[in-house]
Amino acid sequence: MTYVYAFLFCGFVCMVAQIIMDNTKLTPGHVTSIFVVVGAFLDIAGIYDKIVLYAGAGALIPITSFGHLLIHGAMDIATTLGPLGLAFGIFDLTSAGISVALFLSFVLALVFKPRH
Amino acid sequence: MFCFLYIFINIINTNSGDIMNKKKYKEIVDLNTPKENSVKNALIAFLVGGILGSLSELLLRCYSIWFDLPRKESGVLVILTLIAIASILTALGLFDVLVTKVKAALIIPITGFAHSMTSAALEYKNEGLVLGIGANIFKLAGTVILFGVVSVYIFGLVRLLIMGG
Repeated sequence: MTYVYAFLFCGFVCMVAQIIMDNTKLTPGHVTSIFVVVGAFLDIAGIYDKIVLYAGAGALIPITSFGHLLIHGAMDIATTLGPLGLAFGIFDLTSAGISVALFLSFVLALVFKPRH
Repeated sequence: MFCFLYIFINIINTNSGDIMNKKKYKEIVDLNTPKENSVKNALIAFLVGGILGSLSELLLRCYSIWFDLPRKESGVLVILTLIAIASILTALGLFDVLVTKVKAALIIPITGFAHSMTSAALEYKNEGLVLGIGANIFKLAGTVILFGVVSVYIFGLVRLLIMGG
């Protein structure tokens, strides 16, 4: 059943983004920024955690999960350290993704030539 | 090309030599920009995005069996796998071809984030390691991180001060 929910949720997020891009003048950059903020907002009261529980990886793949992971890591530390914990924990869960993306981009840029 | 020709002919047809007023110009441009079938695009985005979500769920379960990891860690591994695939496809020049076909289904998942980094790095490679790749690698992905961090500080402070976590 998780596969069905994963299909539905991931497809739904992509479809909403496509509709926004088709009907307004917003670029993919605008839409991804909006979706990150939406993901961070949905972490309030653990809404996104429930979605992850049902949809599994289908909820981890869209960019909304980036915002969710940012605020999740920040709040985990902040509950023990107070507001200062926001700064300590903000990249706790996303650091793997960002660092691997940076490293791979650099190495691949050195190896390959740009194509147009 | 056709669009420009059409506008040019229209300018000649007015034959007063006046500059065409902005309203009319806009009407002509709107008439000639190709219309995309937004229902079809949305359906393709839904199907491809959904298949991607299901496949990554399958991959997550495979990882947790193969490496004997809890769900949270194998979720991170799935994200890393997608980032690696997207970066390599971008470097090979295949990602842009796919994006023109399936649109948002590859931009909204984490693959779009990796694609924006790798394409920026490749594009500015000629300008040098530091001023080219180093200065421009976050050119497109930076917006995601910036607005993510800003919104987390705002929502986090609100949650800590008002809702108590």
